[in-house]
Amino acid sequence: MGSQGGFYQSKEFLDLVKSIGEARSKAEEDRIVLSEIETLKRRISEPDIPKRKMKEYIIRLVYVEMLGHDASFGYIHAVKMTHDDSLLVKRTGYLAVTLFLNEDHDLIILIVNTIQKDLKSDNYLVVCAALNAVCKLINEETIPAVLPQIVELLAHPKEAVRKKAIVALHRFYQKSPSSVSHLVSNFRKRLCDNDPGVMGATLCPLFDLITNDVNSYKDLVISFVSILKQVAERRLPKAYDYHQMPAPFIQIKLLKILALLGSGDKQASENMYTVVGDIFRKCDSSSNIGNAVLYECICCVSSIYPNPKLLESAADAISRFLKSDSHNLKYMGIDALGRLIKISPEIAEQHQLAVIDCLEDPDDTLKRKTFELLYKMTKSTNVEVIVDRMIDYMISINDNHYKTEIASRCVELAEQFAPSNQWFIQTMNKVFEHAGDLVNIKVAHNLMRLIAEGFGEDDNTADSQLRSSAVESYLHILGEPKLPSVFLQVICWVLGEYGTADGKYSASYITGKLCDVAEAYSNDETVKAYAVTALMKIYAFEIAAGRKVDMLPEVGFQALDYKFILCKCILIAVFDVVDYLHLLQRAYELQAVIGLDAHAVESIMPADASCEDIEVDKALSFLNGYIQESIEKGAQPYIPESERSGMLNISNFRNQDHHEASSHGLRFEAYELPKQTVQARIPPASLASTELVPVPEPMYPRESYQTTTVPSVSSDAASTELKLRLDGVQKKWGRQTHFPSTSTSNSTSQKTVNGITQVDGSNTANSRTRETYDSRKQVEISPEKQKLAASLFGGPSKTEKKSATGHKSSKPSSHMVKSHAPKSSMEVASEKTSPVQQPPDLLDFGEPTVKTTAPSLDPFKHLEGLLEPTTQVSSAVNHSSTAAVTKSPDIMGLYTETPAGAHHKDNDILSGLSNPPMTNMVGGTTAMQVAQSSKGPNLKDSLEKDALVRQMGVTPSSQNPNLFKDLLG
Amino acid sequence: MSLFVLQIHFVLLISRQGKVRLTKWYSPYSQKERTKVIRELSGLILTRGPKLCNFVEWRGLRVVYKRYASLYFCMCIDEDDNELEILEIIHHYVEVLDRYFGSVCELDLIYNFHKAYFILDELLIAGELQEPSKRTVARLVAAQDSLVETAKEQTSSITNIIAQAANFTIKMLHKGYGPWGSNALHLESLLLVDVCTR
Repeated sequence: MGSQGGFYQSKEFLDLVKSIGEARSKAEEDRIVLSEIETLKRRISEPDIPKRKMKEYIIRLVYVEMLGHDASFGYIHAVKMTHDDSLLVKRTGYLAVTLFLNEDHDLIILIVNTIQKDLKSDNYLVVCAALNAVCKLINEETIPAVLPQIVELLAHPKEAVRKKAIVALHRFYQKSPSSVSHLVSNFRKRLCDNDPGVMGATLCPLFDLITNDVNSYKDLVISFVSILKQVAERRLPKAYDYHQMPAPFIQIKLLKILALLGSGDKQASENMYTVVGDIFRKCDSSSNIGNAVLYECICCVSSIYPNPKLLESAADAISRFLKSDSHNLKYMGIDALGRLIKISPEIAEQHQLAVIDCLEDPDDTLKRKTFELLYKMTKSTNVEVIVDRMIDYMISINDNHYKTEIASRCVELAEQFAPSNQWFIQTMNKVFEHAGDLVNIKVAHNLMRLIAEGFGEDDNTADSQLRSSAVESYLHILGEPKLPSVFLQVICWVLGEYGTADGKYSASYITGKLCDVAEAYSNDETVKAYAVTALMKIYAFEIAAGRKVDMLPEVGFQALDYKFILCKCILIAVFDVVDYLHLLQRAYELQAVIGLDAHAVESIMPADASCEDIEVDKALSFLNGYIQESIEKGAQPYIPESERSGMLNISNFRNQDHHEASSHGLRFEAYELPKQTVQARIPPASLASTELVPVPEPMYPRESYQTTTVPSVSSDAASTELKLRLDGVQKKWGRQTHFPSTSTSNSTSQKTVNGITQVDGSNTANSRTRETYDSRKQVEISPEKQKLAASLFGGPSKTEKKSATGHKSSKPSSHMVKSHAPKSSMEVASEKTSPVQQPPDLLDFGEPTVKTTAPSLDPFKHLEGLLEPTTQVSSAVNHSSTAAVTKSPDIMGLYTETPAGAHHKDNDILSGLSNPPMTNMVGGTTAMQVAQSSKGPNLKDSLEKDALVRQMGVTPSSQNPNLFKDLLG
Repeated sequence: MSLFVLQIHFVLLISRQGKVRLTKWYSPYSQKERTKVIRELSGLILTRGPKLCNFVEWRGLRVVYKRYASLYFCMCIDEDDNELEILEIIHHYVEVLDRYFGSVCELDLIYNFHKAYFILDELLIAGELQEPSKRTVARLVAAQDSLVETAKEQTSSITNIIAQAANFTIKMLHKGYGPWGSNALHLESLLLVDVCTR
């Protein structure tokens, strides 16, 4: 076509381009551009430049700016150029201003007038040029100036103009919805435009509108479906075909819209099934664009109300993607898999080896996408494998942005699914060690809070064991040479609060360690401050306990260090004083505390009180007597702030003083949690996770089997073994399945044709899929991969539930919190542990049990409520409602005798048993106790235990003695 | 309004040597940020091997790129968008360029970057694909060009014609028809769209 017509630039310009093209280095290029800028500056302000010349200067300005240099000196000339009468010149002017200016630039006001004039032009090309500029430049203030004309242009005879007018109106809607809210009906109208290009352009604004308000557009479902049908049936002009696909870009946009409209709407979705199915069939999966449409179909299917047939087609398409050699398709396959597992979790298992291949692929993009998928399919059975992999990857990369993201994901998963305390603490340690300075400070605060508050059980032993294991691992880690500041803060805080709590370590040992920290990281004032406060706590606890404080010489030095700090403060008076003042005050406080007697110290620094609320008497009522006295002595009465404006400062000062007094003078809590800095920050990962998390609700009905059995194990374990979030989660480690089941499944696959042999009740689904995969592939798969696959995809998906017991309700609630992105995991943690959550927990729990084993179960609960009215009040209250409905008095009577004696003895066990699903007969419970106490390396024992627990619905195995030990103690 | 997300945040054309051939920013970026973005992305993309994905993750966004001869076309999108579609939009653009310039090569874009901009403006507005029909785009651009041509004829002079002739020669030479063409120029004169894929 007319390409050669473009070569009308001057020799000078061509030389410029050529010399830049030949520049050997960036520096050389910069030099050339800078000299060009000088030339242009000089030339462009000369008087009477011919238009053609000026146009070239402007293009050269664009060139200079494109290469990253500042051409703002010439902006005004570009603006002037838009005023020109000739389209030739005007078009260049518009191009330049759209490239140069952002919508908030001052010069825009100078263009608005020209745009207004051009929009009225009878040459449609002029109008088009102006509309291009409108889309880029018109801002909120200038919308009204052009809006009437844009609306007029929606009915322009030329389709190119109508199309651009639509886009312009869409931009206005994006910038200021209120300014065009009365015009949105135009988009609907234009949907029926004769020109497919205009119709296609209308889909973009409609997509936005529907995203914001689905319900007002439900009536369009039929129209969209019929348009899509026509497009798919090639009713559009041939010109819209792209690589033999009929208007694929329009199809994709329509599928996106349908996905929105059909989400959670069965009726609307039903209208779409046929057309989406048709597209699945018609798509040419050999071309890239065909796959793009297929991918969009999968997205649509996973969003609308599920339809088994479509899900099947989607799964087929995904397996084609994953099996492809193209990395792009594998990537799309992984992404699509992530979308589909929300609806049908079992689909992941078919592709486990493909997923693992992607995970081990050298391509970082693919790897990261796979991590995203793993993140979405993490459950308690595979959390260890996944998080370990994530951490390994995290350590291996340098990209800070992604490192931060993956670190926060690790933390999130660890908090949600941690199988044991040790593992949790170790995982957090690893994350902090390697990405400590990248993770949100909030994560550190969250960890401290978690350690302080425990994990929500009423069981204090578990919490205190968590703390002592944290203390132990921190003392160990302190030996490492260089630790991130945030991590050190956590360590200091935990050591201060709980270092001496279990009596394992002496105060002097802990203080010695803390002093080492303060010394080793002497230039980090925050860490030092944490260390000093921790020291103060340790001493306070010691004094309160009536023990003699043996001050290490270094500690004495630490405490008296404040003089040194004071000097520093004075020296650096202008600079960073705040930090030093904090430190100084802490040092003073420490010294003051050490001088006090035990009683006073205890009230200042109660042990393990970090979670208690500090009550602040805002009215300062305790000072009333003092004030009365002073007034009687003739002092001035207090005048409220509103009544005197000039004395603001003084009053503030006084207020603060009182405040201080009211909170015992030492506000140790406030230092630890600088909340104000935290609130503004939102972990990026939580945003991304909004729709990734599998929604637990639909699972509930199928859960009854589990709920009745599982928690019995964990609740049992609770009495002896500390734990994190074990209860309510099937104790079925991924690893255990792969040793035996891979072998069995292999052997069975030889025997049976389809491999549908039942290997093990709970393993069937898993092994079957693996067999089919094996037989299909006929390729040797390395044992490591199989192992990994087994641990990732481990338990059959049926056993994995968002459990409904114990923490069950807290899990869904945390999902809910996550879906409101800005809320933090901090809040999640607090929700987990807050007592308010408990009643729904238990009720939740009660529901499925009612369905299944209610009669044998409820009386037991009820019984406990009767037996231990003091400890069990809350649970008794909760259960009595369900019990009242279902229990039969006979059975209850039966139970009142025997277990009463058995359990009354031991409060701990009883509280452990208070979890309702302790369904088994008394014999069961005693057996459990025996099992517990005799748990050891003995294989026979553990096999017996296996059998027992299996009988209770959990299927752990002896292949996994360590994990199992965790679980049973 | 953060509620609305552009489909495409920016378009970049970078040569294999890391030289910028075209930039179009649909989301606001300051000049400083732009330089940084280009530097980061060329470091990220130019080093990737041939068989890897055409997508890279970058600052929580996705950059879809495709290499044509010695030129990389990159578009930046949100992470949950359809990457394959963007890949095809890139290809669509290249096909339109190819049709317009007639066997487009990097040199055409180097010397006529403003034309590449005009064509891009007909294809994408405000970060959304606005015209899926190649024919329509070609027709619109041709209509504008014909105006330009007529305008030029009115002001045409001998010098102009001579300049054109000279430039044409230069292009021909660069395209490999002449004796002098450095390695860099040789790269630039490779056809973007291979004859066999046409």
